Amino acid sequence: MALLEVTNLSVQFDTPDGAVTAVNGLSFELDRGQTVGIVGESGSGKSQTVLAMMGLLASNGRARGSALFDGQDLLSLSPKALNVIRGNRVAMIFQDPMTSLNPYLTVERQMTEVLELHKGITRAQARVRAVQALDAVKIPEAARRLGMYPHEFSGGMRQRVMIAMALLCEPDVLIADEPTTALDVTVQAQIIALLRELQREHGTAIVMITHDLGVVAGLCDKVMVLYGGRVMEQGSAESIFYQPTHPYTVGLLGALPRIGQDGSTLLAIPGAPPNMAHLPPGCPFSQRCRWAEPRCVSQRPALTALPEQTGVLRACHLSPRQIVPPVEAGPA
Amino acid sequence: MLKANEIEALVQGRSLWSDARRRFMRNKAALVSLCLLAFTALACVVGPWLLPHAFDSADWDAMSAAPSWKNAHFWGTDDAGRDLLVRCLVGGRVSLTVGLLATLASVSLGIVWGATAGFIGGKVDSLMMRIVDMMYAIPYLLIAILLVTILGREFYLVVLTITVFSWMDMARVVRGQTLSLRSMEYVEAARAMGVSTTRIIFRHIVPNLLGVVVIYTTVTVPGVILTESVLSFLGLGIQEPMTSWGVLIQDGAKAMEVTPWILLFPAGLLSVTLYCFNFIGDGLRDALDPKER
Amino acid sequence: MNARTPLLSVRDLQVHFELASDSPWPWAPTRVLKAVDGLSFDIFPGETLGIVGESGCGKSTLARAVLNLIPATAGSIVWQGQEMRGASSSTWHALRKSVQMIFQDPLASLDPRMTIGQIIAEPLHTHLPQLPQAEVMQKVRAMMQKVGLTEQQINRYPHEFSGGQCQRIGIARALVLEPKLVICDEPVSALDVSIQAQIINLLMELQAQMGLALVFIAHDLAVVRHISQRVMVMYLGRSMELAGKQAIYQSPRHPYTQALLSAIPTPDPRRERHKAQQLLQGELPSPIDPPSGCIFRTRCPIAIAACAEHRPELRALTTETEVACDVV
Repeated sequence: MALLEVTNLSVQFDTPDGAVTAVNGLSFELDRGQTVGIVGESGSGKSQTVLAMMGLLASNGRARGSALFDGQDLLSLSPKALNVIRGNRVAMIFQDPMTSLNPYLTVERQMTEVLELHKGITRAQARVRAVQALDAVKIPEAARRLGMYPHEFSGGMRQRVMIAMALLCEPDVLIADEPTTALDVTVQAQIIALLRELQREHGTAIVMITHDLGVVAGLCDKVMVLYGGRVMEQGSAESIFYQPTHPYTVGLLGALPRIGQDGSTLLAIPGAPPNMAHLPPGCPFSQRCRWAEPRCVSQRPALTALPEQTGVLRACHLSPRQIVPPVEAGPA
Repeated sequence: MLKANEIEALVQGRSLWSDARRRFMRNKAALVSLCLLAFTALACVVGPWLLPHAFDSADWDAMSAAPSWKNAHFWGTDDAGRDLLVRCLVGGRVSLTVGLLATLASVSLGIVWGATAGFIGGKVDSLMMRIVDMMYAIPYLLIAILLVTILGREFYLVVLTITVFSWMDMARVVRGQTLSLRSMEYVEAARAMGVSTTRIIFRHIVPNLLGVVVIYTTVTVPGVILTESVLSFLGLGIQEPMTSWGVLIQDGAKAMEVTPWILLFPAGLLSVTLYCFNFIGDGLRDALDPKER
Repeated sequence: MNARTPLLSVRDLQVHFELASDSPWPWAPTRVLKAVDGLSFDIFPGETLGIVGESGCGKSTLARAVLNLIPATAGSIVWQGQEMRGASSSTWHALRKSVQMIFQDPLASLDPRMTIGQIIAEPLHTHLPQLPQAEVMQKVRAMMQKVGLTEQQINRYPHEFSGGQCQRIGIARALVLEPKLVICDEPVSALDVSIQAQIINLLMELQAQMGLALVFIAHDLAVVRHISQRVMVMYLGRSMELAGKQAIYQSPRHPYTQALLSAIPTPDPRRERHKAQQLLQGELPSPIDPPSGCIFRTRCPIAIAACAEHRPELRALTTETEVACDVV
């Protein structure tokens, strides 16, 4: 049985404009030591997925489906039971290191609080563990920095503190919601290298949420591409990056300027990100898809396995052979 | 290119003001308050002409009479036999007028002061704001008493006194808003384009100030009316035979044990009016709140 | 390089900010934040210069100093042969007709209470006030078409548009006066990937059509390299390397450029897993108290003792590359 098994997860919000479905029918499995990347642009629902799993949805949000962690369904647990798991066996790090740490508490207090709560050890013992954790994430002069406040750290260091806090209880699953989006690219590289190393050492499973395909390529074994709250394509990193079969995936990969390319026109996806309150009845990507047919707008394609590539699921009416990227225009 | 008749087919944009209006209309408390206030104002203006009694004529048959239908004293009479309803409406004219004028004056002064301080910044800003702080420190009631005693109790002097102590809130709020607007990226874009300072102030800053100004105006009005009522209650406001709600409340307070309606009606009217302004202010704040966009 | 005359010539530009001192004593030394500390570059007509650097490197300050939105403390800014630093406000006003700017946050750079027609017309009203209204609207509509907006939207307000469309409005506003140089301050950083590609394509197309020179500032080296002919790498207010796009990718000489390049995640799993990471050690030093000599030496893998004594200037290593390093 997989460590984390999510089946048909859906998240709905009650808004004054009616019910908005942010996530629709998400399923994946995660084993120890594996990393799954959830990729999507704004409005794709990727953050709401993990917020639902962690029980952190807004009050007008409801989650359906199941998220089995070690046999227990996270979505149906009482807050008390969820608290035993959250921070302890399933930990989360958030996007903005500026606002995710309490500015009024020292780093030491925030870290020892987690340990005292979940491991029941004394504060002195917790402090020792906290210094070890800060050392593990390569924060220099960890013992001295422990007594400092979050605003005395830089952005990259704060994110490391968050990672240290998340790993204090040696969780089985680490959920990272866009952990490096707010950071510089050199700091981002350090954080990703750190995550890889920690995963090797502790065997933690990681759920990585990001819009950056490069980050996914460096870290993830499996990839799920979301658009408009639905899975467009999902499979191993190798399949997704080297043999993309869904128009959206092809479009995303083509839209990235590569260091190897020259100044030719980028393959831009026309249109704008979807309005989640007004999605077409069919495929959410149909309005921007250059291969779209009339049935794409009216009939929603089911997520089906490809006979040619094992482990890949895609939601598209057209066959992979029909999704051929157009020949790129010459230099402008 | 579009031909002339096609220009009518252009989509009219949904301005932020129309968005705000829509949100305001959804707020029932604010809408009801607006209607109630409008009705009260109308009644104060038109009512005394429609009612049979004059506000200063004594009805010898009904001195301190309780409210009744028979002699058309719907709200009763005071101890001099004057019809209370008419007096309340006439008093309302004065209270609302003083409220309006004093608000207008203090809002104008506050905007000019605050926008100048906020836009110029630096030492000028510090100096202007320290003056505002000093004004806050002065005990307004004592000075009001002094001013009224020295200058007399003319209508315009009462307005002046109230204005002098009501403009500071608006100045502070406008200055804060100007400061934050100054660092907005579209103001920076205008500077980068070469737009003149005057034009930036009038084209970019002032329209974006209006939201805050409107909200704080509806907050200033009840304060001003209350100040006038307090002054009148202390005997420093409007002179006889003119009356205002404050004067009526003072009269009512003297006789409240025996003839409670003389106090209750004007006090109730004042309270309801102040509530209405507060609800409208709340409604406006919610409607114009940028986070709601 | 070649013998073209540059449109804009910046030499030894410095933008220093004085900060309130730590202690209350009047004799305590004032602290100075050196946001830009000695930058030199040229921009030639019709070309794109990319400026790349991480947060705190001073690239946004540089953009604003070139337009005198933030006054430069020292150095020279020469526009078409005329020294601009210290020039009168009317001289700067004339420059603003030919040098425009596109901002990072598409929605925030548009006044929410103006229609987009008014927003795009504003530069015309400012610099060509004698132009009759009909002609102004004609130019506005033509520009809207050029950037991919439909004319029917001319009376809409900025908040009714998506991020990508707002950036198109910003571009239309910047180009309506047909400037010679456009400074783009991180124009695509706030946009989704699929929209980024649209805007980059649009900028490149308009540049070719209108013969614009562009200064493209960003933190993403891949994006900058795609659109620029030459790239300048900035670190803490100084330039580390200035090279042609091929040279910057194929043979980056400065250790910081090399670290930047190796840090960029590419959507290529095999390459990412096996690439030799050149991770930078340490943290960004404070711009108030920068390291002596070479400002990068505290994090540089090849720093030697001499790096602390002498501040390296940009020197030409090859015809394509200039590097500020004494060791390479």
